[in-house]
Amino acid sequence: MTDLSMTPPSQVPTMDVRVGFMTLLKKECKRFWSVLGQTVTAPVITALLYLLVFAQAMQGRVSVYPGVSYTEFLIPGLVMMTVIQNAFANTSSSLTQSKMMGNLVFLLMAPIGSLEWFGAYVCAALARAGLVAMVMLAVTAPFVHLPLREPLALLAIFITSAGSLAVLGLIAGIVATKFDHLAAFTNFFITPLSFLSGVFYSVHSLPKFWFNASHFNPFFYMIDGFRYGFFGAADVPIAQSLLWSTAFFVIVSTVCLRMLITGYKLRH
Amino acid sequence: MTASTQTAIRIAGVKKSFGKVQALKGVDFEIRQGEYFGLLGPNGAGKSTLINTIAGLIRADAGQISVLGHDTVTDWRTARRSIGVVPQELVFDPFFKVVDMLRIQAGYYGCGKEVWPWIDHLLDRLDLNDKRNAMMRALSGGMKRRVLIAQALVHKPPVVILDEPTAGVDVELRRALWSFTRELHAGGTTVVLTTHYLDEAQALCERIAILDHGEVQLIESTEQILARHPFRFLTLKLPQGIELPQSLRERVVGEKNGTLELKLEKDKHPIGGVFEALRKAGIAVEDVRTREPTLEDIFVELTSD
Repeated sequence: MTDLSMTPPSQVPTMDVRVGFMTLLKKECKRFWSVLGQTVTAPVITALLYLLVFAQAMQGRVSVYPGVSYTEFLIPGLVMMTVIQNAFANTSSSLTQSKMMGNLVFLLMAPIGSLEWFGAYVCAALARAGLVAMVMLAVTAPFVHLPLREPLALLAIFITSAGSLAVLGLIAGIVATKFDHLAAFTNFFITPLSFLSGVFYSVHSLPKFWFNASHFNPFFYMIDGFRYGFFGAADVPIAQSLLWSTAFFVIVSTVCLRMLITGYKLRH
Repeated sequence: MTASTQTAIRIAGVKKSFGKVQALKGVDFEIRQGEYFGLLGPNGAGKSTLINTIAGLIRADAGQISVLGHDTVTDWRTARRSIGVVPQELVFDPFFKVVDMLRIQAGYYGCGKEVWPWIDHLLDRLDLNDKRNAMMRALSGGMKRRVLIAQALVHKPPVVILDEPTAGVDVELRRALWSFTRELHAGGTTVVLTTHYLDEAQALCERIAILDHGEVQLIESTEQILARHPFRFLTLKLPQGIELPQSLRERVVGEKNGTLELKLEKDKHPIGGVFEALRKAGIAVEDVRTREPTLEDIFVELTSD
């Protein structure tokens, strides 16, 4: 025997699934934590610039809900828009980068199942989205007081919304074979839908056609439901927002898990 | 280490196609526990496809593979837990330090802090101690190769697959890796090696399979392979301007700086006959050497179209 003796063939332990899941989750969190400037600071600054410009330009001209200033109205929407974009970016960029760099083989060869994989990536994206949201709220707190009327609804809509976008990011990461594909997914799908979801306005101020069209945009319910969590008032009932965001989460999760289980574009 | 009669890897009727290209056409063989096994073949022979299928990166169209009796499809967790694969490409995660990467890799296999001393030991054995806190992207190619080997061993797998581990490394590291894998094998680990360096396979492997066009062309012990080919090589240095007689010229397989290499079948062409022909032609030889066929000679003969 040498000091390089391995496990005897008859004593190979069964895989501890929890350790595998926690390792992948921690690794994904460390990944975004190691580049906080890109993953948290930059999106927060971008959102604050939107806030500065729109609040200056629109304050006093637009009244959305009684007793709620435009700046107060704007902040929850901007926070949720940033949450949506960052939850998507976390999973999609991590997976695509691993594919491009080739280091995804370490994960593909490991005894980690599709559910652990899915759960770890989504939870890490929730952690980043939550961090971004908290930093934004903390930075704006000295200037604007936001009530927190429905915290449970806020939490539920945050989890289903950020979760949905994290899963969409996984799907995009699986499908993309180059960063160009990911950029196209972001520029032609995520960004337009998040900008046209009522972040900067109430959908009641839109012409009838766009008012109706907004109701087919799942991001609208995410933004509106999140706003409800603060003000206890929204464009549509909270139950409808929760139903839409939960249904969206279930649909994209089913598609994503199917891809992971079958090894679509991951295992040849 | 003597190989046992028990099976480490069983490959049965494995087929895989990529579009119209049939990469594996029904591969069948077994690798015994404790064996140092070589998988050879020219580029495109199907070696990497086979290894990636064992590792779970590729799904076979037909056939079965088991590692230590664990089916890689139905009992994939234990099968994967039983093997460590050193990939061919120098892949790494740029976000992490060497030691973090190894701990993460151990976690993927369900191992926690209890293996950290083993990871420290691997860092020590692979001369990576002073690089333990270096970022992966800052390492040289040779260092990255060492980390890849450590990554494959963090969960102490009883079966280790090395896919061209010495490709592109310098002579010193190559020798160090030979010595390291020999020690692994001496500890009872089943080692499967693919390589394009046939001297490496000849020096290390107890048994060899030669794969070509997606099929196993030959699978025998290294000694048997070397012994089964009934030829040897004779190198002659002749005085300048002197040509060989016609009867010997057709056996010349190489010529360099006035030195000729003749390929002789042991039964049909005794060396004495060559010297007799030279004597009759009045040719005085300046220098002479003989050599037995290497694995490379046999490989070329088996895989040339």
